[in-house]
Amino acid sequence: MNEINLIEAVNQALDYELTADPNVVVFGEDVGIDGGVFRATVGLVQKFGKNRIIDTPLAENLIAGISIGLAAQGLKPVAEFQFMGFLYAGLDQIISHASRMRNRTRGRITCPLVMRTPYGGGIHAPEHHSESTEALLAHIPGVRVVVPSSPAMAYGLLLASIRDPDPVIFLEPTKIYRLMKQDVPNDGAALPLDVCFVQRTGSDITLVAWGTMLHETLKAADELAEQGIQAEVIDVATIKPLDMETIINSVTKTGRCVIVHEAARNCGVGAEIAANLAEFCLTSLLAPVKRVTGYDTIMPLYQLEEQYLPNASKILTAVREVMEYA
Amino acid sequence: MVNKVVAEFSISYSQILDQNGTLVDVLPAFAQDPAELIKLYKHMVLTRVFDTKAIALQRTGKLGTYPSTLGQEAISTAAASAMHDDDVLCPYYRENAAFFWRGVSMEEILLYWGGSELGSKFHNPAVKQDFPICVPISSQNLHAVGVALAIKLRQQQRAVVVFLGDGATSRGDFYEAINFAGVQNLPIVFIINNNQWAISVPLEAQTSAQTLAQKGIAAGMTNLQVDGNDIIVTRQAVQTALQKAYAGQGPTLIEAITYRLCDHTTADDARRYRQEAEVTAAQGKDPILRLRKYLENIQQWDSTKEDNWQAECSNIVNASVERYLATPVQPATSMFDYLYAELPRALKSQRDMVPQ
Repeated sequence: MNEINLIEAVNQALDYELTADPNVVVFGEDVGIDGGVFRATVGLVQKFGKNRIIDTPLAENLIAGISIGLAAQGLKPVAEFQFMGFLYAGLDQIISHASRMRNRTRGRITCPLVMRTPYGGGIHAPEHHSESTEALLAHIPGVRVVVPSSPAMAYGLLLASIRDPDPVIFLEPTKIYRLMKQDVPNDGAALPLDVCFVQRTGSDITLVAWGTMLHETLKAADELAEQGIQAEVIDVATIKPLDMETIINSVTKTGRCVIVHEAARNCGVGAEIAANLAEFCLTSLLAPVKRVTGYDTIMPLYQLEEQYLPNASKILTAVREVMEYA
Repeated sequence: MVNKVVAEFSISYSQILDQNGTLVDVLPAFAQDPAELIKLYKHMVLTRVFDTKAIALQRTGKLGTYPSTLGQEAISTAAASAMHDDDVLCPYYRENAAFFWRGVSMEEILLYWGGSELGSKFHNPAVKQDFPICVPISSQNLHAVGVALAIKLRQQQRAVVVFLGDGATSRGDFYEAINFAGVQNLPIVFIINNNQWAISVPLEAQTSAQTLAQKGIAAGMTNLQVDGNDIIVTRQAVQTALQKAYAGQGPTLIEAITYRLCDHTTADDARRYRQEAEVTAAQGKDPILRLRKYLENIQQWDSTKEDNWQAECSNIVNASVERYLATPVQPATSMFDYLYAELPRALKSQRDMVPQ
């Protein structure tokens, strides 16, 4: 048994791939001797040396930009951004270059790179440390946006992301970094990208979530089961490109859907899912699709963050409304 | 009170061939062979003939917005001629001379400004690692240090040459890149094409620094200024910087002084913001004219050779234009075909919607 939490699973995946592929390089702020502020890279510099685990200057635009240069030379850069709130300084490089290099050179130069960053609220962190702006990234053509929801998912999806031939932004939910342990064998087995995972099957309603919110959603599903309502729970995992097929198949079966995300509602990924359901699932729907999300406000400082974030109770309220509709 | 100077710096300016075509210093080794200088001269002329043609194509609706390289041919030619084939070029968008020298075809550059991604495909294997034209100002500096880091990590004897304009030195990208190049002692040469204007904003509105070269002092690298219209001194400076890079002795920042004799692009009208007299004065410092004068003075060039070469340049350029104009528009589905290594299932239905 190899019981590890999510942050240890990230570390294990990095370690595995650094060992397996000499082209992998890991870099970012404090990733060396400090092992990263969340300890995702702990022990790696001792094992792989300073040429493969590189402490960069404090400059996120640089971190994004050198990823492209390294990738263009055939290395496999895995960059860490300390928090999602600091990733924005690198957006120009992501949008203007990493996402489009393959396309604009008709395949001559490619960007197989991973940009990892802790994301999401719920850990009483300072301002700018609780962001969940994945929809910004999901809007960019040419990238993948991946969010793990458990240690096993983190291990398998991160390996897949490093091996993927295109740029992947890997969002690690901070709230669940140490929430649970799972047996995650260090076998190098990747999970598929671009697909949603059905984490629980049910016939009455489909609940769609990712990252930290998957846990609140599963809690809600447990409670619904006690009430005799069988919820199907889908872990989106890869937000972009979005596997609507799995979600549509589920909603076609259940006729009801509640989408949960902690990001703001307006133009959130939930809006994209709901629009697709309206377009492709209308005749199967028994009730309006509902969203349980963060408010369209600034993410509050931590005294109010629990008020802002969706939770099992808010999800149950939404499900009740949907079930009462039909 | 303790008060002492803890660090002192200086920036040198170098010139070998002045604006009258007169040598003001001894020729470096490479320039002792007139054939080498003729090669550089001919390439600058070819680039200018291409440039004139490209503007004409734009004016007649056969090319999109195009940024001219008029007056800045020396910097780009000098750098490319100093580079090894396996070095990597990270250009911005006035590097036609370097592109052509290294083996990017003229029709590819026309295709790019003519609205086709095929223009950045660079079919010639010799330039397969060179970066395509970079439009977002200064962002290429960060790719360049990334490439240089890869070279360093692999302990290769290669280097990166990155071009930027004077305006680009105002962006954070530039500072982050030179800082990193210094910290990592990277094999890279930054070449600032200081053509005095960033569209309508003159250098004095861009910075109060005495030179742009001194910006590299804070990054701990070698910094110098050259007459960028003097191809001899510019080539020598790049060559020295590259040798240093190959030897693991770190980065160099070269500020090459020139002047943008043209509009910013074909969509610009520089008469709106600068005086004709300034442009006329700058025309007197033209990089091509001064080398021609020198070559004529040493009996290596004359008007017959000039006429012949101009005619040959026209033939070369016209043949490229024909190939450019004959290149079929890509199928609309190509929008999807290079987005990812393999088109994700989620996008297949959108691709199917594209009218054939």
